[in-house]
Amino acid sequence: MNALSGADAAPPRLRLEGITKAYPSVVANDGISLSVRPGEIHAVLGENGAGKSTLMKIIYGVVQPDAGTIFWDGRPVTIGSPARARALGIGMVFQHFSLFDTLTVSENIALALDPHALGGDLAHRIRTVSERYGMPLDPRRHVHTMSVGERQRVEILRCLLQEPRLLIMDEPTSVLTPQAVERLFETLRRLAAEGCSILYISHKLDEIRALCQRATVLRAGRVTGECDPRRESASSLAKMMIGGELPQPRHREATTRGDGSLVVRALSLAAEDPFGVELVDIDLSVRGGEIVGIAGVSGNGQKELLSVLSGEQPVAAAEAIVLNGVAAGRMDAASRRALGLAFVPEERLGRGAVPDMSLAENALLTAHRQELTSRGFIRFDAVRAYARATIARFNVKAPGPEAAARSLSGGNLQKYIVGREILQGPRVMIAAQPTWGVDVGASAQIRQALIDLRDDGVAVLIVSEELDELLEICDQLMVIARGRLSRARPTRETNAEEVGLLMSGSFIGMQAVARAQSSPAGLVDAD
Amino acid sequence: MRIRLEPRAEPSQLMRWASPVLAVSATLAVGVVLFSLLGKNPLQAFYVFFVKPVDSLYGVAELLLKASPLMLCAVGLAAAYRANVWNIGAEGQLTLGALCGGGLALALQDGGGSWLLPSMILAGALGGMAWAAIPAWLKTRFNANEILVSLMLVYVAKLALSYLVHGPWRDPEGFNFPQSKMFADAALLPNLLAETRLNTGFVIALAVIAVGWLFMRRSVIGFQMRVAGLAPAAANYAGISAKRTVWLGMLISGATAGVAGVNEAAGPIGQLLPSMSPGYGFAAIIVAFVGRLHPLGVLLASLLMSLLYLGGEAAQISLSLPSAVTGLFEGTLLFFLLASDVFIDFRLRVLRRPVRPAADVQPVAAGGTG
Amino acid sequence: MEHIAALVALTLAAGTPLVFAALGELVTEKSGVLNLGVEGMMLVGAVVSFIVAASTGAPWLGALAGIAAGAALSLVFGVLTLSLMANQVATGLALSIFGVGLSAFVGLEYVSVVIDGIKPLGISGWSDLPFFGKLLFAHSPFVYLSLVLFGLVEWFLFHTRAGLVLRAVGESPASAHAIGYPVIAIRYLAVLFGGACAGLGGAYLAVAYTPLWTEGMTAGRGWIALALVVFATWKPRRVLAGAYLFGAVTLAQFQAQAIGVAVPSQLLSMLPYVATILVLTIISRDAAMIRLNAPASLGQPFHPDA
Repeated sequence: MNALSGADAAPPRLRLEGITKAYPSVVANDGISLSVRPGEIHAVLGENGAGKSTLMKIIYGVVQPDAGTIFWDGRPVTIGSPARARALGIGMVFQHFSLFDTLTVSENIALALDPHALGGDLAHRIRTVSERYGMPLDPRRHVHTMSVGERQRVEILRCLLQEPRLLIMDEPTSVLTPQAVERLFETLRRLAAEGCSILYISHKLDEIRALCQRATVLRAGRVTGECDPRRESASSLAKMMIGGELPQPRHREATTRGDGSLVVRALSLAAEDPFGVELVDIDLSVRGGEIVGIAGVSGNGQKELLSVLSGEQPVAAAEAIVLNGVAAGRMDAASRRALGLAFVPEERLGRGAVPDMSLAENALLTAHRQELTSRGFIRFDAVRAYARATIARFNVKAPGPEAAARSLSGGNLQKYIVGREILQGPRVMIAAQPTWGVDVGASAQIRQALIDLRDDGVAVLIVSEELDELLEICDQLMVIARGRLSRARPTRETNAEEVGLLMSGSFIGMQAVARAQSSPAGLVDAD
Repeated sequence: MRIRLEPRAEPSQLMRWASPVLAVSATLAVGVVLFSLLGKNPLQAFYVFFVKPVDSLYGVAELLLKASPLMLCAVGLAAAYRANVWNIGAEGQLTLGALCGGGLALALQDGGGSWLLPSMILAGALGGMAWAAIPAWLKTRFNANEILVSLMLVYVAKLALSYLVHGPWRDPEGFNFPQSKMFADAALLPNLLAETRLNTGFVIALAVIAVGWLFMRRSVIGFQMRVAGLAPAAANYAGISAKRTVWLGMLISGATAGVAGVNEAAGPIGQLLPSMSPGYGFAAIIVAFVGRLHPLGVLLASLLMSLLYLGGEAAQISLSLPSAVTGLFEGTLLFFLLASDVFIDFRLRVLRRPVRPAADVQPVAAGGTG
Repeated sequence: MEHIAALVALTLAAGTPLVFAALGELVTEKSGVLNLGVEGMMLVGAVVSFIVAASTGAPWLGALAGIAAGAALSLVFGVLTLSLMANQVATGLALSIFGVGLSAFVGLEYVSVVIDGIKPLGISGWSDLPFFGKLLFAHSPFVYLSLVLFGLVEWFLFHTRAGLVLRAVGESPASAHAIGYPVIAIRYLAVLFGGACAGLGGAYLAVAYTPLWTEGMTAGRGWIALALVVFATWKPRRVLAGAYLFGAVTLAQFQAQAIGVAVPSQLLSMLPYVATILVLTIISRDAAMIRLNAPASLGQPFHPDA
């Protein structure tokens, strides 16, 4: 039975009317209306901060709207809790998984199912249903031994076992290789053909055009468009999403080749954390005047590699890491900064900046050598001046240097942190996930800042899970998988397909594969 | 109608300073109720507890005298707590300070002249630091929880002192009482105000407060300790050593507590006794919190807490109230403070329910295709 | 042989207050809440149970009252940390200080009172057996109760769905909340259970073990119980073993004196505290093991809306 025929006669599976939700500092959703037909794959498109996550939390009952009505199969309902949502037939696959690391797959799924739905052999059901949808899972495995892609399967399976009639997928592909994305799409298309509606949240235009039949576009908490994405171009979608064209970065010809350099040779590091990834034989080299990118799905050693490069985790062999010609492996982060290294970490709040401290104090965090101290005492005027300069140069929207870091939006705080590091005049810059969770406008500015840095002769290393971003701005590209780095390739000579294959670890030799399979952490889908 | 606690966009500066005031008022209110329940006239009890102790010069001197050890301990603890180093063993470090400083006094008796007192104070500081170094070392080297280690060491310190004054250090002419010889005059803190017990220990305490303010507010190291306390990952990112932070926090608070201890021995007590402190080390924890972990706040909070101590003693005498009532007030004050502190970061919001639909529906049975 | 049986019996009796307090705190911590107020709750449980026992002449009623008192005090902690988001470490400390002060205050008039405590069982016939009589059948009812409690906690945590939910909450309250579990309510229950157990531990001391009341009579056992939970890496079986180990160490002081060892009594009294520091250090060294066994969200506040 084709669930979409005659669908116009049947009421929409889900309809939202005038949904509004306000928080102390922002109106997350402002009068949002949308409707999803049975068996339809419906995209909710918007950049970071547009209000997509809040809307999904409302539909799943995690958060209550301030105003508006939800209609399910044509009748108004109140979804007071996730249990209620599940009882209606709504399932949600979260962007940041709600799994319990120390428990098994079975236990994780059992926790999410209502007790009377637990009848029968759960392990058997897990095996059969997961295989049926092309994502086989072993119910006895502990979640902390699984790769991110495998964990997502557990999240999805958890929903599928409850036979949902609406499945919400929140940014599902940020943790998948391009090949895994294709497999996910097949699963989703199959589900839709069986009559399940799908709400697909994303900011990736190409995916939405490939997968979805309808799209609702959000901007700043409001609906700015509804369309059939298959008939739209990336450009028209972008217009609805951000009100203009997607900004393109400007590349100058790199004329200067600065003297900064970062060379890593044969670096290996056992995992300290029981849930961590072991680094094996890392070799990389970044010279002044080039941007090297490291692509990879999260959980393959990026965190560990970054800690080692930044100095937050010194290593025993000083010569394993050579920074501007100096053997720096044993040095801590402050000493490496003194040598000319700058680092923008993945976590803004709590690592790149202290949330409760002001922007000025956060400048002092890493920029103290810019004459911000004198004989062990803080020079408050110099600190404030530095903060003001950063705010002005990098278009940070903030009341002033005394504003608390946590009061800034994600994009603005990221611009501040990037600016703080750049204004120190580094010779080597490392940036991790530089535009994660940042709105399109700020993303463009940050990417441009990194390109300009390269054009000024600085050695730039970017570690990111956003393949598109890396393909756009890097000169050389490497891939990290299972704690190992592939060799570098010029970006011009490769494409997303090839990189995707590398991300599944195809470059790792048979011997290394055997070694890796005996250690449980950091596995990537082998298929 | 529902009342909910909502995070504020920004912490409320007003509440940050109003909170201790609110807490104190609430505690006083509880005090009134308590006194009535005990059958005492609340107003009279109030007067005896809070006003009478300080209505004479002698009383004010006593207030400052009792506030000194509190100030010393609490300013060090404030620095440690800001760095997330939870030194709970100040009472033990105080005891060790008294023990070391007092031990020096007993060893040298009258000798040493004008160097004796400064040496004693130094010995006290070092003794406190040494005692605090144990939890610091165990934490940085073995990851052992400093709360439990420092606390266990309080019991050990008190037992050690008890052993000494019952045994090797007991005054042979002391009628078999567990006490050491009285210190010689050179080993006693000079008097500050005639006819009172106030001594130069108070000046030392004030000086330490001033240094503390300078340190926390204006020095780079103080800033680094604050970062370590607020965001350990950011501290690591900035190259601030977590181990160094733990050592600094413990040693600083151990030193100030040690000085407090030797000041008690060389001041109002004048010898070593099995108990050198009516719980100053623990009261200082409360003082540190009520003082917002800020040296000036600590100064004010010490005066308040000192008043509570004096009031307890006075109440014991004139109202036959048990002195344990002081401990009760202390705990109550801290509770109220923690409760009102909540409103720095959160606020109450009265919510109206979202618009209710005309008819609510029974859930459709899950399963099957639409 | 009889002597050994007697020693074992004494060890069990000495370790029992720790069993109660530590098991209760274990459940609390498994839900992700760190309650440092165990010492205060034990003391309040002790004083209330003693007062009720003395006033009513029924020590069992006293014990029940002690349980209720411990739970009531933990409720204050719960409101502050779970509903008002106060810092758990500071609030726990406040609870201990408050409990010490409150118990001293309330118990003042009962310091030299004598009551008829709950005596160890004398199961006719069985407890007179040589060796085994003393070993198995002549303990205080509280000792048997503590063993039953251990069985219950072990079964609940690892063999029931409710226990699984509790462990999940301690591991990741955000995930549990996203799935729809009432994280705050579950934590309240865990905190109350911990308070009740601490109160029971104190009550045992006051109406059975000694029985008497003096200020601060727990002498740091509440803190030792906290260390025990870490030492046991949050496993009930190890809590039991550790509690009895400490019982033995506590006894060592008296045994040493009985044998006539010429060590000053104060130094012997230091043994339990020094032992606590030692075991804590030994177990904490293995940071990886702690990371694997400690509830991941321990001590962190959880706000449903944030």
